[in-house]
Amino acid sequence: MGIKIKSMKNEDFLDNSTLETLKETGDNFFLTTIDDIVNWGRSNSVWPLTFATSCCGIEMMAAGASRHDFARFGIEVYRASPRQADVLVVAGTIVHKMVPILLRLYDQMADPKYVIAMGACAVSGGPFFYNSYSVLRGVDQVIPVDVYIPGCPPRPEALLYGVMQLQRKIKSKSITNPNEVEEK
Amino acid sequence: MKEVIQDIIIRNSDDYIINMGPQHPSTHGVLRLELSLQGEKVKYVVPHIGYIHRGIEKMCERDTYQQIIHLTDRFDYLSAHMNNEAVCLNVENALEVEVPERVKYIRTILDELNRLASHQLWWCAFGMDLGALTTFFYGLRDREVILDIFEESFGSRLLHSFNTPGGLMHDIHPNFQKRTKEFIKYFRKKLPEYDQLLSNNVIFQMRTKGIGYMSKEVAISYGVTGPSGRASGFSCDVRKNHPYSAYDKVDFKEILDTTGDTFTRYKLRIAEMWESMNIIEQLIDNIPEGDYTAKMKPIIKLPVGEYYQRVETSRGEMGVFIISDGNKFPVRVKFRTPNFANLFVLNKIGSGNKIADIVAISGSLDLVIPDIDR
Repeated sequence: MGIKIKSMKNEDFLDNSTLETLKETGDNFFLTTIDDIVNWGRSNSVWPLTFATSCCGIEMMAAGASRHDFARFGIEVYRASPRQADVLVVAGTIVHKMVPILLRLYDQMADPKYVIAMGACAVSGGPFFYNSYSVLRGVDQVIPVDVYIPGCPPRPEALLYGVMQLQRKIKSKSITNPNEVEEK
Repeated sequence: MKEVIQDIIIRNSDDYIINMGPQHPSTHGVLRLELSLQGEKVKYVVPHIGYIHRGIEKMCERDTYQQIIHLTDRFDYLSAHMNNEAVCLNVENALEVEVPERVKYIRTILDELNRLASHQLWWCAFGMDLGALTTFFYGLRDREVILDIFEESFGSRLLHSFNTPGGLMHDIHPNFQKRTKEFIKYFRKKLPEYDQLLSNNVIFQMRTKGIGYMSKEVAISYGVTGPSGRASGFSCDVRKNHPYSAYDKVDFKEILDTTGDTFTRYKLRIAEMWESMNIIEQLIDNIPEGDYTAKMKPIIKLPVGEYYQRVETSRGEMGVFIISDGNKFPVRVKFRTPNFANLFVLNKIGSGNKIADIVAISGSLDLVIPDIDR
């Protein structure tokens, strides 16, 4: 009734506009309509995996808790099993001993699956640890990453923004190849 | 002759072994517990660590003393302020710098605020481990209020490297005292809710009472410090025994209990939250005026020698050992982190219990895994 929901302004969203233009460049009408329906469902129910290696996990918990409540965005519930999860939020440093386990978790997730690299450690090996002998310099060396969220640790709002970017990305995909990976 | 407490694990080839972790919601991070089962009883627990080993001690050797502080945040990220303080106090003692009284008061208040935030998050996680999801929302609701205070003063919610050798990065925000007092008033009303929600719950009590008994001898011989050690009657509070900062100016109790089971460790942390609020209330109105930092040289060189300083973090005794050869980089830095000692008592107090009790016991030890692996 009296609640005014502030939405994000359209021009704030234009920083990554290639996502939408990819979608607009031709496909047949029937397929795109189904795409819209499927993507609407997929993008509003991305369930994350509880995978927190270090400090960023606390901010991830804060994002799921009372104040920031990211169930509003459809990230409804954390799943402990990778088989029930859609998005792998890599929250924290990944060291070499952890890499095989990260890969196994990624492989166990069902398609379509998405990866968010949260925090400086997951993005590039960290603000301090990039020189260490045991730290992986960014998870994108081993698994494909959809969204990068910088910060040490990022605020919960940053995670929310990253999730909204992921939802945009999901909406621009087609059911014919839902998990397309950009070739490097 | 004193009895030697031994902890020998004999593995057989026909043991039924399951792995708990590294990705498991109840291990609070990336810890792997090797559990040997006999039916539902656990024969032994072997913790496997190293899944988040970042080599911080080695990295400290290439960093100056001001830079080391930022690395110590990332051990036990829930008591970041105390970890910073350990390094700062060590450097200050080595240089024989007298920090202003104002700094000592502010540091003590921030220690206790950080302890409150940490215990709140532990309460959330402990309830969640035992299947009570409600605690997660109630605890983090109150924690956000503390984080707002932190954010206003230091610009960071979780890892605020606010201490520097000699004092603080900058002065506290003018609103700091007012908001802290408001928070104490608010939290004094909210903390009894914690008891109503979880402590007096019958199912919760049945799952925690009489489980994971740790005697005083075990606590001492394993070096279990902090609330987990004090629940077994081991008087190990560094704030009381070796006061630093402004702890010698406040009047507070060291909370001790001798029962030593999981429920006692839970109750003791709730009691510590009350005591932390007492400490803050004694100090918050009496912060003296003055500088927020002592005069320090931009390049700190410690005199040749070995230095040790310990502080009480929210999980136990944290020690910093620095060997210096007179250069601006330390030769060797060793951190004695509380969780490392607290983890390895798990086999002693956990074996013989049911597998679900291992979750309760490890939750009551309040482990933070990056603090173990460093």
